[in-house]
Amino acid sequence: MRVAVVGGGPAGTRAVEVLVRAGYRPLWLEEAAAHGGRIYQRPFAATALGGDRYGPDSAKAAAIHALGDRLRAASDWRAETLVWNLRPGLIDTFRAGRLETEQADRVILCTGAMDRIVPLPGWTLPGVFALGGAQIALKVHGVAIGARVAFIGTGPLLWLVAAQYLAAGISVALVLDTTPFSTKARAAAGLLAAPSTFARGLALLARLRLAGVRVIEGGTPVSIEGTEAVAAVRVRDRAGRELTLACDAVGLGFGLKPESQLADLASVPFRFEPAQRNWVPEHDASGRTPVGGVYVAGDGAGIAGAVAAELAGARAAWAAIEDSGGAVAAEEVARLDRAIARLKGFRCALDRAFPYPAWLAARTPDSTILCRCEAIAAGALRKAAEAGHVAGGADELNRAKAFTRIGMGRCQGRLCGPPAAEILAEALGRSVAEIGRLRSQPPVKPLPILPEAPR
Amino acid sequence: MRLVRCAGADRPRLRFTLDGAPAEALAGDALLTAILTNAGHVRQSEFGDGLRAGFCWMGACQDCVVWVEGVGRVRACTTPVAPGMVVRRA
Amino acid sequence: MSATCDVLVLGGGGAGCSAALHLARRGARVALFERGKVGSQASGVNYGGVRQNGRHPAELPIARRSREIWARLAELVGTDAEFDATGHLKLARNAAEEAELASYMQIARAHELPLELIGGNRLRERWPWLGPSVVAGAFAPQDGAANPRLLAPALARAAREAGAEINEDTPVTELSREGGRFVVRARGRTWSAPVALNCMGYWGGEIAARFGEPVPVAPLAPNMLVSEPIPYFLGPNLGVVGGDVYLRQIRRGNVIFGGGRGSCDPSVPWARPLPEAAAAAMARAVELVPCLAGVQVIRSWSGIDGEMPDGLPVIGPSRTTPGLIHAFGFSGHGFMLGPGIGAVLAELVLDGRTDIPLDPFRIDRFALGRRA
Repeated sequence: MRVAVVGGGPAGTRAVEVLVRAGYRPLWLEEAAAHGGRIYQRPFAATALGGDRYGPDSAKAAAIHALGDRLRAASDWRAETLVWNLRPGLIDTFRAGRLETEQADRVILCTGAMDRIVPLPGWTLPGVFALGGAQIALKVHGVAIGARVAFIGTGPLLWLVAAQYLAAGISVALVLDTTPFSTKARAAAGLLAAPSTFARGLALLARLRLAGVRVIEGGTPVSIEGTEAVAAVRVRDRAGRELTLACDAVGLGFGLKPESQLADLASVPFRFEPAQRNWVPEHDASGRTPVGGVYVAGDGAGIAGAVAAELAGARAAWAAIEDSGGAVAAEEVARLDRAIARLKGFRCALDRAFPYPAWLAARTPDSTILCRCEAIAAGALRKAAEAGHVAGGADELNRAKAFTRIGMGRCQGRLCGPPAAEILAEALGRSVAEIGRLRSQPPVKPLPILPEAPR
Repeated sequence: MRLVRCAGADRPRLRFTLDGAPAEALAGDALLTAILTNAGHVRQSEFGDGLRAGFCWMGACQDCVVWVEGVGRVRACTTPVAPGMVVRRA
Repeated sequence: MSATCDVLVLGGGGAGCSAALHLARRGARVALFERGKVGSQASGVNYGGVRQNGRHPAELPIARRSREIWARLAELVGTDAEFDATGHLKLARNAAEEAELASYMQIARAHELPLELIGGNRLRERWPWLGPSVVAGAFAPQDGAANPRLLAPALARAAREAGAEINEDTPVTELSREGGRFVVRARGRTWSAPVALNCMGYWGGEIAARFGEPVPVAPLAPNMLVSEPIPYFLGPNLGVVGGDVYLRQIRRGNVIFGGGRGSCDPSVPWARPLPEAAAAAMARAVELVPCLAGVQVIRSWSGIDGEMPDGLPVIGPSRTTPGLIHAFGFSGHGFMLGPGIGAVLAELVLDGRTDIPLDPFRIDRFALGRRA
């Protein structure tokens, strides 16, 4: 049985661990030079950037790094290899300037997640970065995105990154959480299911307030100002008072969304998860998708965090082993199932505590750039939804893409997809789930036009 | 805008070329770091809406694409800068 | 609920939507049926070429008719579907291909198609970015390209405005002939008309077979790719003798190119581009335009068209069933013909005749005949 694992983050690493221990030699494909994924991403330089890069997750990070280092030799490890397409039994890769195709009977997709945004006027200005991106810049590359940074969005990452910047000595101009305190408080009981995480969250908030950082909860971002770069942000607090705050960088992020294009290309059906407001590939608790031989694990299957990703990666590997007729360690599988189930409660509470502000996305001003790759403004999408539109009115997202070019850029709708869905849903008076999602098309990331076809 | 170095400033320096002009970075820098510690943008939007300087830092948004001579198009955020690299911004 | 119509149009691609528009504008009661969204199959996924250059001479009259409609499309339907008359440059990469270009000049002259044969040196003076393997080219200044995603939807919207009923998400699964009329049943409703137009692309073959005149139509999945936007430089729509690669650049900067075949399953329907075809098309594109090397491909796609063994569509009245008129099997080059086909079909229905010679497209030209 030839099994492939796509992704070297916590899910992929644990999947490979289970497979190797069970006697398999999986094909392990990772786009970066090293495994570790995003949360435990390693810097390029061997010379350490020093410091407490992974914070309280340091032990977990070290464990994944050490584990992956050992597993590389025991698996068919392929670094710097982009998986750009999947076909039944085949994996299309791009590596070292060449297109190649690998054969695999089973593939476990551990492709992770990325930031989810709401566009704001000025969000394409130099100095505006995704929240997760701002964290990577600091922790992995040792650079802050600016000298005076405003953090805007919602989610636990918002508070964490702001606190990390503060700890690094960077001036934090603002933390604006679109989620009101009351919403978080209501979810608090559920958050207590993971008490240490909850306590950590409170401590972050306390640290920020103690340092005198301006914190707005339940606020509304209005715009990012500046001509060639960020100069200020305009926001409204919960009472509706407008403030303009000088800053030279903005970290912008409203939760995460799965990177699931490969599952889509493998014809895995998707379902809309209302709690997270994300489309996720259909899968059961073991990580099996309805497509035989295709498994998903980690944030690429639905946002659940790094701890859940490790469990899910291991669990999916056991599913693949079982489906291949291999011997399954029933007790370990049962233990994984219980651990995965235990984490669900906390995850649900977290989703309730930091909802994606669909209301904000839906009212993106007409003149604000929605698709930043193609520079298409939100107004174009609303026009395309009108029945009087020359092409007759788009009633679902892919049609809207065909009429407006939204989602036709290099990122293939990764950034604009979710807010576009909110805008279109509101324009049509329908639900986001009915509006659909942008279909993935190969290559999942851009490939260079090569002068020679592979032999 | 400029990125602000917070850690690892003691790494060896290296030289590279940005749009024909000499520039400096540190060994182990991402190309995006190298560019945005020397300049305020990574490219111009093709559609007239101004300068861009990357966004996601994880190779997903494709905003930070630049040309590297002898290599081709790369995402600056996931590409390490190398000594002597000749980089062109669009 | 039952509707009495004059014409049922089966299939919502360019041809079907154009027919619905032309018929409705002349007062006919039209109902069109499309299994998905209009223009979602071949009409919407193709290369977008609006080209007369290099066509089989049998197609040139209808192509010219269609080109006249393209010229006034904005006036007709409120949008030009981004039609850009960039000219079409068909390239030869060796002496044999050059000879083919030269011999086509006679056909072009006979059909009054403006066409200029240009040798290698002059080609490169005019278009310096052409690669060294190009030895000659035939330039058709009237040709160009448009946005295939917009054509059928725009035609359908205009048809609706003219009074046609456009039924999307309505597969034609219950089609019968009752008392001299064609009857479609769907979603609890019934439509009937004395005339039915078979504009169902690849699936037109199923209709033909159902009415006792099967034809050898095969599925054709084009393999399309598009690049990131780069500075605009490539004026004409480029093709080659033999058609193994075609490429054009839109003003926004993206280069659209294609060649070879993807894979498809018309029973679903499902179509996907293939890496092997993509890689081959990339290599051929770079051979023609070397400065494309290293530019990023950001998306690829495919779809389902219908291909006939002789490369010519089936157009014209059924040989078995009065009132049934076929227009399908456009073999990968039907996009630009759509508007013209619709006009011709309207003439056949309402006037009983058309000026366009249709004999080369007759459905009974294949050996299959009436064998079950």
